[in-house]
Amino acid sequence: MYEPEFLREAQRQLGVCNACRYCEGFCAVFPALELRAEVASGDLTYLANLCHDCRDCYTACMFTPPHEFAVNIPKVLSEARVRTYEHYSRPRGAGLFRRSVAGTAVISLGGVAAVCLLIATFMGPGVLTATHRGPGAFYAVAPWLAIIVPASAIVLYGVWVAVAGAVEFAHDIRGGAAPARPTAAASRPAMVWRAALDAVTLRFLKGGGAGCYYPRERGSSQRRILHHCVAGGFLLALVSTTIAAIEQDFLGRMPPYPLLSLPVIFGTMGGVLLIVGTTGLVTLKARADTAPSSTVMTAMDYAFLVLLDLVAVTGMLLLVLRETRLMAPLLVVHLGLLTGLFITAPYGKFIHFVYRYLALAQRAGEELREADQGAGAGG
Amino acid sequence: MAALRTKGQPPLDADVIVAGGGNAALCAAIEAALWGARVLLLERAPEHLRGGNSRHTRNIRYLHDERTAYVTGPYPREEFLDDLLRVGGSATNTPLAEMTIEESRRVPEWMARQGVRWQPSLRGTLHLSRTNLFFLGGGKALVNTYYDRVLRLGVTVCYDAAVTGFEDHGPAGCAVLAEVAGVRRTIPCRALIAAAGGFEANLEWLARYWGDAARRFLIRGTPYNDGTLLAALLERGAQPVGDPKGFHALAIDARSPQFDGGIVTRVDSLPFGIVVNTDGRRFYDEGEDIWPKRYAIWGGLVAAQPGQTAYSVFDAKSWGRFIPPAYPPFRAETIPALAAQLDLNREQFLATVEAFNRAVLAVRRIDMSRLDGSATSGVAPPKTNWASRLDTPPFFAFPVRPGITFTYLGVTVDAQMRIITTSGAAMPHVYAAGECMSGNILLRGYLGGFGLTIGNVSGRIAGREAAAHALGGEAAGRPVEVGHVRA
Repeated sequence: MYEPEFLREAQRQLGVCNACRYCEGFCAVFPALELRAEVASGDLTYLANLCHDCRDCYTACMFTPPHEFAVNIPKVLSEARVRTYEHYSRPRGAGLFRRSVAGTAVISLGGVAAVCLLIATFMGPGVLTATHRGPGAFYAVAPWLAIIVPASAIVLYGVWVAVAGAVEFAHDIRGGAAPARPTAAASRPAMVWRAALDAVTLRFLKGGGAGCYYPRERGSSQRRILHHCVAGGFLLALVSTTIAAIEQDFLGRMPPYPLLSLPVIFGTMGGVLLIVGTTGLVTLKARADTAPSSTVMTAMDYAFLVLLDLVAVTGMLLLVLRETRLMAPLLVVHLGLLTGLFITAPYGKFIHFVYRYLALAQRAGEELREADQGAGAGG
Repeated sequence: MAALRTKGQPPLDADVIVAGGGNAALCAAIEAALWGARVLLLERAPEHLRGGNSRHTRNIRYLHDERTAYVTGPYPREEFLDDLLRVGGSATNTPLAEMTIEESRRVPEWMARQGVRWQPSLRGTLHLSRTNLFFLGGGKALVNTYYDRVLRLGVTVCYDAAVTGFEDHGPAGCAVLAEVAGVRRTIPCRALIAAAGGFEANLEWLARYWGDAARRFLIRGTPYNDGTLLAALLERGAQPVGDPKGFHALAIDARSPQFDGGIVTRVDSLPFGIVVNTDGRRFYDEGEDIWPKRYAIWGGLVAAQPGQTAYSVFDAKSWGRFIPPAYPPFRAETIPALAAQLDLNREQFLATVEAFNRAVLAVRRIDMSRLDGSATSGVAPPKTNWASRLDTPPFFAFPVRPGITFTYLGVTVDAQMRIITTSGAAMPHVYAAGECMSGNILLRGYLGGFGLTIGNVSGRIAGREAAAHALGGEAAGRPVEVGHVRA
C-alpha cells in the first residue's frame, strides 16, 4: 500500500528513532517501535495510526531538518495515515481523501441544494418561506420518512465502509498473523477496556506529562481539551437524537421539544461543546507550525472541523430561531450539511477514530503482555 | 525587558553576560536572573541548533539515598566518589569534586522547579537506571524547557552570537567582545560567565596534537564548540587544567556526519564479535571488561589505527542483541562476501577470522550480562570474554571511526567558579561553568550523565556568584542553595 520509496524513507527515519529512543516517554509510538527490529508495511500502518500528532517528539528531536538525518516523525506518520485511510476505504483508494476541502465543500453544498430542491419539488416552495410552529413543525418542511430513509442509508453505508476497513486493518497491523493468544493479563476484555480508556482520556496526547507542543513552542493541554469538547459534543448530540427518537416513536411526542426537555438540553450541551471544540481546534491549527504536518492531512482536518462546526452552528440557530420564518431555510441548510457530513465521514478525518482505536487495542495487548512477563524479567 | 529572539541585536549592557547556550550556561542564566541580575545570554548557534552538546544528553547522575519512581535504588556518596576516582584516576581538585557530588543531591528538585520532567530509564540503559535520572524527551527537550524558563525570567537571549573575547575595565567591570549575526559588538557588563564548552569541534586545534589523523575524527556533538572563548581565556592568563591532547571518544559509525551525529551513531556491537583494522588484523581484546564501562576506550584505540578506521564484525547470533545504530550494517551470507564489501586487506581479514574461530574452544552462547569467561586460546590479542565463533550466517559489519564527545582541556576555577590565573589570583569578573571547567573534577575517563551534573552545579554557583558580584555582593558568602528570590 506504500510506494517503495515512501516506505524506505519512513523506515530510515524510524531507524534513527530506534537507535535513539529519547522519546520513549512521550507516547506509545516509540515503545511499540522498539519491539520491532525491522518496520514492515503493516508495522508502519500500526505506528502511524498510534500517533496522536502531539509533536513532542519533533520538538525534542536533535535530528529534525536541516540536520542531515532529516527526521520528522509527525510528518512521515501523518503522510502514512493518509495512505492508510485511502487503502482501507471502499472503494479502495477513494480520491476524496486527497481533495478534502473541495470535495467536502461540493458534497455539502450539493447536500443543501438537494434537500432544498426535493422540498421545493415535493412540498412546494411555499413551505420554505412560511412560519411553522407547534408539534411536527419540522416535518411540515421535511417529512419524517424523507429524512429517516436517506439518513439511515447514508449512515449504514458509512458503517459498512468503516467495518470492512477495520477488519482488514486489524489483520494487517498484526503483520497478517492470527490475533495473539490472550494471556492472563492480556485477555481480550482487558485489551478492549484499556484501549477504550486510552482513547477516551487521550492518554497519548499528554506527552508523558509534558503536554502537547501544539500549536507550538510550549507544552499545553489545549488541544486535548478541545478534542474532548468535540468528541463529547458529538456524543451528546447523538444522545439527544436517540432520546428524541424515543420520545417520538414510543411516547408519541413530536418535535420541536420544549427548552427544558431532555433532547434540547443534551442537544444544546452537545452543540455548544462542538462549536467551542471545532472552532478552537481550527484556531490552533491555523497557528500551528506546518513543518511537522502533511498538507493532505491538514486539509482533511480543516474540511472536517469546519463542516462539523457549521452543522453545530446551524443546529443551534435552528433552536434559537425555530419559532420564526427562518426555521425552514435553516432546517434545509442543517439537513443538507448533515448529509454532507455523513456522506464524507468514511472519506475524511472522521474515520481516524476507527484505526486509532484498533492501533490502541494492539498496543494495549503489547503493554499488558509486557507487564505479564514481569518487571523483573526486563532487560 | 523585551526578549530579543533570533538574529536580534543585544541590549547596550547587562549585569551578567553568559557566553554559551547549553546546560551550564542556561543553569547559570536562570540562577543569575533569580538572584536579580539583568542577564544577557549569547548563544553561538542559530536558534534551531541551540543548546550545545546538551542537545544530545539524556540523563543526569546524582546523589540519592533511596529508590524513586525513576531510579531503581540508592546511589550513596562513597560509591559516587569511588566511581569518579575509578574512571578519572584522581580528581584535580578533590574538595570541588566532593562538593559537586554533595550538591548533586539537590539537582532534581532544582530542575523540576524549572519545569523539567522525568521518565523511567530508557530501554537498553539498565546500567544507568539506578544512578542516573532520565529527563523526558532527552537533551533537546531539556534545553527547550530551560530556554522557555530563561525567557520567562526576563533573560535576553541572542542567537548567532559568538563571544570572541573580553576586556577588563578594572573595578567598573568588564566588556564582552562579541560577533552577533555578523556584527562586531562590545557589550559592557559587570560579570562574564564562560560556559561555551571545549574545543572538540575545532579540527585544526585537534590537529596540533593529532596531526593528519584529526581530519578523520568525527565530532559527536555541536559544530560550534570551537574553543574560541577557551583560547581567549588561556591567552589572558587562565591556568589551564586537563590534558590538552585528551578527549573522550567512542567508536562510532564511520558513515556518520562530521558533526552532530549524536547518540544514534554509536556502535554497540563491538564486544559481540571481533574488531579489525583496515589491514584486516585484530588489535585489541574485544572482551576485556564489563561493557559498557569499557566501550569508551574504543575511540582512542581506533584513532591509533591506520586511516582511523576499523570494522566491527559479528554474525547472526548477535544480531538483535544490542540497540541497532541508525545506519544499516554491511551484510553477507559468507565471510568472503562480507569482506568484498569492506575496504580492508581481504586475505589478511579472512586469515584473521579463521585464526580467531580456531582459537574459540568452547562453543556456547555468550552471556553479555557478566564477564562470562568464554575466552580464546592461542591467538593474539586474545578475546578474554564473550568469545564465540563467527560461524552463523548472515555475517555483519559496521565500519567505525573515532567519535569525539568532548575535550578535557579547560580553565582552573575556585569554589565560587572564579577563573584562576597562572599567578594564582582569581580573575576579577570572569566565571566558568560546564565543560570548560570540568577538568577541575574529571581528569580523564567519563561517567555517564556526570557532565550534566558538573554543568548544573557549576552553572548555578557561577550564576549566583556572578549576580552577587554584579549587584554588589548581597548574595556573596551564602551556602550553595537553590535560589528563588523572585521565582
